[in-house]
Amino acid sequence: MSNSTNPSGLSRRTFMTGSVTAAAAVPLMAASTRAAEPSPARAVEPRDLSTISLRINKQAYTLALDNRTSLLDALRDHVGLTGTKKGCDHGQCGACTVLVDGKRVLSCLSFAVMNQGREVTTVEGLTSADGELHPVQQAFVDHDAFQCGYCTPGQIMSAIGCIDEGHAGSEDDIREYMSGNLCRCAAYPNIVAAIIQARDEIRRA
Amino acid sequence: MRPFLYERPTSVSAAIAMASHLEARHVAPTQANTQFIAGGTNLADYMKLGVAQPERLLDLNELAEPALRQIETNDDTIRFGALVRMGEAADNNEVRRRCPLLADSLKFAASGQLRNMASLAGNILQRTRCEYFRETSWPCNKREPGSGCAAMEGVNRQHAVLGVSDACIATYHGDFAQALIALDAVVEVEGRRGPRKIPFAGLHRLPGDTPNIETDLAADEVIVAIEVPLGAWSRRSRYLKIRDRESYAFALASAAVALEMDGNTVRQARIALGGVATVPWRARAAEDALRGNALDDKTAAAAAEAAFADARPREHNAFKIPLGKRTLVRALLETRDMKV
Repeated sequence: MSNSTNPSGLSRRTFMTGSVTAAAAVPLMAASTRAAEPSPARAVEPRDLSTISLRINKQAYTLALDNRTSLLDALRDHVGLTGTKKGCDHGQCGACTVLVDGKRVLSCLSFAVMNQGREVTTVEGLTSADGELHPVQQAFVDHDAFQCGYCTPGQIMSAIGCIDEGHAGSEDDIREYMSGNLCRCAAYPNIVAAIIQARDEIRRA
Repeated sequence: MRPFLYERPTSVSAAIAMASHLEARHVAPTQANTQFIAGGTNLADYMKLGVAQPERLLDLNELAEPALRQIETNDDTIRFGALVRMGEAADNNEVRRRCPLLADSLKFAASGQLRNMASLAGNILQRTRCEYFRETSWPCNKREPGSGCAAMEGVNRQHAVLGVSDACIATYHGDFAQALIALDAVVEVEGRRGPRKIPFAGLHRLPGDTPNIETDLAADEVIVAIEVPLGAWSRRSRYLKIRDRESYAFALASAAVALEMDGNTVRQARIALGGVATVPWRARAAEDALRGNALDDKTAAAAAEAAFADARPREHNAFKIPLGKRTLVRALLETRDMKV
């Protein structure tokens, strides 16, 4: 079913992100107040929310989160940035890859509370202000480096890390250093081709 | 996941003071209420699965001591700070130049993302991925002492053939640890009892009757550094890892080899085996078989026989014995032929 036949006029993505933001906004505000003013008489308990300040895509956020919240769930469910995908949630597939302080990491295995003061970059933060795609994003489009697209944000973030680390020198290197990102559609040859194009473009820039 | 308290000590001494001293002598660190976390790639996973249930986490990433994040190299040693990330150590040119075995054991472990997260000290303390350990509905003597071992008669293709006991056959999956045990690394630890140095071979414990006790560490002890002595064997060294797929998988069998040669004669061989044992595994019998002999197809095969002489397979993992032998033979011959 295409969006044009959707009687509500809402795309699935707009609905998902909209409902997350609306649902999270009120409790977040209330929780922030509570977390900022702990009762001096009461010791901190494991279920208490922690206040975390970090930057996501160059914007400052202060979040009140249960310590158990992964960075992935914080991004998706609390900030409303659903570009980062949850695949296995156990560090085996790479779909949740983001950059933290410029390094590619798995957001599913990182407790959000451990990212205090860090700079997080997600796929939403790659496009420039005038809408121009990041060279890696453009290369994925040019080479049709996906089918279903679910692993793609993780592939793109990982590819940026791989190129930045200097591990995209050869096709074999790219396969080795991108092995933490699984693609069930097996778009691997196109992904490798896209990374080579992006690498060369980034080197030229 | 069990709710947990989260704290961020800013010095090693503060971290030790905040650790649970009441538990320090009586409870395995992995079962203590207060646990340390650095990269979190192993612990966060096991907390999600309910395998680890700490009540309080002490995040070591804000510890101020600069040496924790440094790699110091000189002619005799490489000293890795405990919080150095795997990827950083793997990419360090001095490490690769002086001892390819160390760099390759890190390069071929995990994935780019995990290597950026995981600390070296956390990596060597990683816990097994035995499927029955991971899934809490199964009996497991390591997770729940005395409950039994579902792997014995279960799907034990990934399990160990060396260092096994009647209580546990879970494989130690780490790669870096194989390099460290082969190279006689020393682990520097600080705790309430003061600083101490543990020979790497003394860090991990065989499962025996108490597979829940995995290391010699107390719950209030923190690894601060790993020191690797260098010698005539360091440059002629390599790590060969055989997996179900070519990358991003645990070893079915691996071999860490470092050789000091005199022409074609082995003056000293250092050998460790991964993917086949319950703990990091030094193959001393194989080293003894090679010492003073020429290294060729025949002597390499004899060393491999010696390495697996005490292997005890279960139903699905007997293939690891011939695979492990062939892995070691190939690693020995390739290391012999390295241009150094």
